[in-house]
Amino acid sequence: MRLVTVAGPPSSGKTAVTIKAIASLHREGVRVGVVKFDSLSTQDQSLYEKQGIAVTTGLSGNLCPDHFFVSNASDCLSWGKELGFDLLVIESAGLCNRCAPHIQGVLAVCVIDNLSGVDTPKKIGPMLKMADVVVVTKGDIVSQAEREVFAHRVRQVNTSAVILHVNGLTGQGGHELGRLLLDAPETTDLEGKLLRFSMPAALCSYCLGQRRIGSDYQMGNVKKMDFPKGEPCTP
Amino acid sequence: MADLLRQMPCAADFFTTLGLAIPPAEQSPAAYFVSLDAELLEDLGLEREGLEERFFAFIGLLESLQAGRSNALIESITILGGHDKSGRPEEFDLTIRPGEIVSIVGPTGSGKSRFLADIEWLAQGDTPTGRSVLINGELPDPGLRFSIDRKLVAQLSQNMNFVMDLSAEEFVTMHAESRMIEDPPGVTRTIIDLANELAGERFSPQTPVTALSGGQSRALMIADTSCLSTSPIVLIDEIENAGIDRKRAVRTLVDRNKIVLMATHDPILALMGDRRLVFKNGGISTVITTSPAERANLVRFEEMDARLNAVRHALRNGEMIEDI
Ligand SMILES: Nc1nc2c(ncn2[C@@H]2O[C@H](COP(=O)(O)OP(=O)(O)OP(=O)(O)O)[C@@H](O)[C@H]2O)c(=O)[nH]1
Ligand SMILES: [Zn+2]
Ligand SMILES: [Zn+2]
Repeated sequence: MRLVTVAGPPSSGKTAVTIKAIASLHREGVRVGVVKFDSLSTQDQSLYEKQGIAVTTGLSGNLCPDHFFVSNASDCLSWGKELGFDLLVIESAGLCNRCAPHIQGVLAVCVIDNLSGVDTPKKIGPMLKMADVVVVTKGDIVSQAEREVFAHRVRQVNTSAVILHVNGLTGQGGHELGRLLLDAPETTDLEGKLLRFSMPAALCSYCLGQRRIGSDYQMGNVKKMDFPKGEPCTP
Repeated sequence: MADLLRQMPCAADFFTTLGLAIPPAEQSPAAYFVSLDAELLEDLGLEREGLEERFFAFIGLLESLQAGRSNALIESITILGGHDKSGRPEEFDLTIRPGEIVSIVGPTGSGKSRFLADIEWLAQGDTPTGRSVLINGELPDPGLRFSIDRKLVAQLSQNMNFVMDLSAEEFVTMHAESRMIEDPPGVTRTIIDLANELAGERFSPQTPVTALSGGQSRALMIADTSCLSTSPIVLIDEIENAGIDRKRAVRTLVDRNKIVLMATHDPILALMGDRRLVFKNGGISTVITTSPAERANLVRFEEMDARLNAVRHALRNGEMIEDI
């Protein structure tokens, strides 16, 4: 089975473009399944179902969806193999711009949208910088100049990825994305495989449910800001 | 490092976009990457391994952008017919050259966007229409498919807006800089002047792009695309109501040697085309060459249009519309 991880900031169009790509693959008889990871709730399950796409959802609750995904990655693969898919797509909401579900040897797709502004590519971490395919959406509502500058900025932070424009509404570019997904390498087993980048250390007391503010309540991996020195304001 | 940055000042962008400090002048790139603090890299989401390789890939990219300005000459684009949704073959091979205008007509959903996608993807019989695209009469280099700085199609449509919080001048300058051309301020002035000629109402370089009227935005987009976009093909999608000099706008693109594809049912624009592609059921059903009689009619449509415009103008000035 071929495996793909799809990540991207919230509402960038991950579900929309994945559906368009799969619709094109369905026409060619490719069997595709989707696992959607999100934190609290998601409408995406029903969006996929409406298109006749086999899907299951993992809700991470108080964990980062990407952390939660990694703990369940092998099980996703087993589910996909059991159901006999040719291609399994794992969609994960990138909530902190710093985690990424991307795995070495597994095709990594990042979806970002033109509306998020030309400085966004700089701000997104390994999810974008280590992706193999970068899908840019919502080009239908911004100017040609903005599309060109945005793509250029993506290229600056990820010099090797394939950059593809896909319209999540009309599906323009969806067929082409489908072709790229089918080129993903075969994955038979994830045991022992490496994430492309370590996820941020989430080991402070707040990760473990602490709610009270104050140094007495902070433990573990705590990092302090440096504030500039200055004269107090005179009234 | 100092030499490299002197020859190629933009190389510094590599460090700033990743959130790294610019390396000291005397250090080599390799030594710099070795010297970076592990914790800093971890915070930035970077891995030391591979950074140097990425840096040189970035330099390669800059070099190809600079070189790209002179080459990438496209003399012709040929589309070899495929089939429509029912499998009926399209019986045409279409060759288009820079400076030509081709109109696209047909109802929505008749396959116009698939046609553009085929060109953009350089289809080789591997898309739902089975069409193939040749460049300069030959099979294109497969790498061209994914090259963002050599994209074939630029698009302008009614739904597109500026979303950035910048003045017209800052906006165009930013675009010019991303293209790494030689004189961004000069090009910016040219583009804003051109846009002002195309738009009915003038705007200043300091106007925020989001505050431009529909006509001014469209004019700026056309001026910017004609001067700064590298794409040889410009698709114009329904610009009829934009309140700009439409004919002049299209001429501007043609003068810059663009291939203009126009999806429009506005007779004045459609008849400007040398040919028009008629779309039906997902395929091109006919290719019509604009006849001399049609061209002659164009003059009459223009007269009608001028008369209608005069009436609009009179309405705006609070005049009575009794004698026409
Ligand atoms: N105009 C336009 N809208 C788009 C495009 N792609 C997606 N959208 C819209 O953007 C919204 C978000 O798209 P989704 O596909 O739900 O995004 P997502 O990344 O899956 O969102 P989450 O999983 O909730 O983080 C939807 O309303 C889509 O219809 C596009 O290319 N153009
Ligand atoms: Zn996270
Ligand atoms: Zn924490």
